[in-house]
Amino acid sequence: MDRSLSRKPPPLSPAPSLRLKATAKTMRATAAVARLTGRGGSVLGGHVGLRAHPKLITELAAGRWIAAVSATNGKTTTTSLLRAALATAGPVVSNTSGSNLRTGIAAALASDLTTRSVALEVDEATLATTGVELAPAVIVLGNLSRDQLDRYGEVRILAQRWRTLLGDLPEVEVVANADDPLVVWAVEPAQRLTWVAPGMTWTADAAVCPSCGDAIVHDASGWRCTGCALRRPAPHVISDGSTVRFTDTEPPLEVPVSLALPGAFNVGNAALALAAARFAGVDPATGAEAMGTVTQVAGRYRTVTRGAHSARLLMAKNPAGWQESLGLIAGGATPVVVGINARVADGKDPSWLWDVAFEQLEGRPVVAAGERVEDLSVRLHYAGVDHRVHHGPTLDALDDLPEGPVEVVCNYTAFADILAALP
Amino acid sequence: MSRTPSGTTTRIVQLFPDLLGTYGDGGNVTVLTERFRRRGLAVARTDVTIGDPIPDDAHLYVIGGGEDGPQSRAADLLRASGSLHKAVAGGAAVLAVCAGFQMLGKHFVAPDGTVVDGLGLLDVATRRGPGERIVGEVVATPVPALALPTLTGYENHGGVTDLGGDASPLGTVTVGTGNRPGAGVEGAWQGRIVATYLHGPVLARNPALADLFIAWATDVEPGTLAILDDGPIDALRAARLRAATAT
Repeated sequence: MDRSLSRKPPPLSPAPSLRLKATAKTMRATAAVARLTGRGGSVLGGHVGLRAHPKLITELAAGRWIAAVSATNGKTTTTSLLRAALATAGPVVSNTSGSNLRTGIAAALASDLTTRSVALEVDEATLATTGVELAPAVIVLGNLSRDQLDRYGEVRILAQRWRTLLGDLPEVEVVANADDPLVVWAVEPAQRLTWVAPGMTWTADAAVCPSCGDAIVHDASGWRCTGCALRRPAPHVISDGSTVRFTDTEPPLEVPVSLALPGAFNVGNAALALAAARFAGVDPATGAEAMGTVTQVAGRYRTVTRGAHSARLLMAKNPAGWQESLGLIAGGATPVVVGINARVADGKDPSWLWDVAFEQLEGRPVVAAGERVEDLSVRLHYAGVDHRVHHGPTLDALDDLPEGPVEVVCNYTAFADILAALP
Repeated sequence: MSRTPSGTTTRIVQLFPDLLGTYGDGGNVTVLTERFRRRGLAVARTDVTIGDPIPDDAHLYVIGGGEDGPQSRAADLLRASGSLHKAVAGGAAVLAVCAGFQMLGKHFVAPDGTVVDGLGLLDVATRRGPGERIVGEVVATPVPALALPTLTGYENHGGVTDLGGDASPLGTVTVGTGNRPGAGVEGAWQGRIVATYLHGPVLARNPALADLFIAWATDVEPGTLAILDDGPIDALRAARLRAATAT
């Protein structure tokens, strides 16, 4: 199938009802008040709207062209890149702040009732229900790995929920990661598929076939199950870390991707976003150029100056994400501050610290911080990484380091605390 | 067979980290190997994944927690091989966590609700729990015979486990649930097998339990092992015990 014949977004119809307009207005007002009083903002507005109007998301989504992006890691970044690409064709509604539960999604949709083009990040566990409400034109599925196990249970259960959803949405265009066995299994019921090979280095959560339970082997040509037919599908779109190649066009198309965001994995995220944007009629070269203007994603990758230090802020919330972030800072001698919390949004059990190869920080100045600094300190102790323990706000740990650049890597709420403390 | 005269290498086998490695329990093997090395004791670690032969001559076996489907698979592989039974009969020590704990017993429950035969190495039986998953911080007082300090960990399990007459509890629960709501006990101990629902990982939070395994595997009294710098671990234990009793 030639996928270059992408479909244009349909016109917005019918016009939003008066009732819907009134609800949306109330939500925006609630959000404004909440922001003024320091109580969250758009999420509270979404909460108010959904309480008054349970079918709100379905109604707000009707008649729009929606791309829903989900994954364990990279969904905020992929959504930001997709938003940038779609914006080359006109206004876009998005939740690029990372509010990816039903409340945040309702709030994003209510923030603008007339814009038809929508790019939404959707929490991977929420997707099964919200996906039906949104009835998106495109679903982008990046990856699945262990994350917050005390909250979401097992990774395979999430994949099973994605299967059920896709069985209920035969019309949706699915853009899926061919490198992730869990994703490939999850999208089996999908009718319309674009396979993307973003390049993936974390394989520990798919060592066992989600379909039959036999071993999955990885080699130069990808991966395959030793017990059943599940194997890496031939990708339509391939990232090599600097160029994205479309093999499903005639002739094949090579698009150089030069991002302001660091890391080969982010070019992989760009490949997923470019494949999705094509369905809105965005030419990949145009989309890629626009993606180069994205310099930070919800504060991540941003460099802040604080006294004599310039701190690059990185967020990683699970072993797969840590592998990417530690890979970004590998090889240097720059001091590193690591901040770990274990609140509900992080998962209250930080046992996953033992699945992260902190050994690679050996020899650098390291400061351990965050509410679970003691757990991190024991992990570093056994990894043979000399470190200092810092109690109190994570950014204050900079004060004890020599002036100059510092890498600051935090998990989810520890990162949010840093952003909240910035002027 | 498991006797290691000083100067020989202790062999540790991590069983199926690919199937049962979901909860950071691989950290238990890291803790054990480091505590051997830092004492100058020779240690060799082998990770056995699906399809690999399972050694029957190691001194210490570690089995972690994981998802339901892979748990049945691991039990099938261990039953078919017979290596773990042979090693245990020869005096090898075993640490089994969560899914591994359930698997060593007489039976446990598969995802579809069917009762699956366990390995029968522990006199325990697991059935589906009455309600929600049992999740949270645990503090337990170990049985006096093991001469261990207070146990701290984090439990996260759906199944509930009852002990038979041949298995002792590992400890009495003071915070959290443990094996079964109402039972008031955590884990199981039988010969040189210790099984627990505690993650954290359990040996990271409880170094004395790690040293008990090292003593068993090297055939010495735990008190004769060289003292290690456990400063960061003492701080972690204090923090977790404080947090567990504050809630």
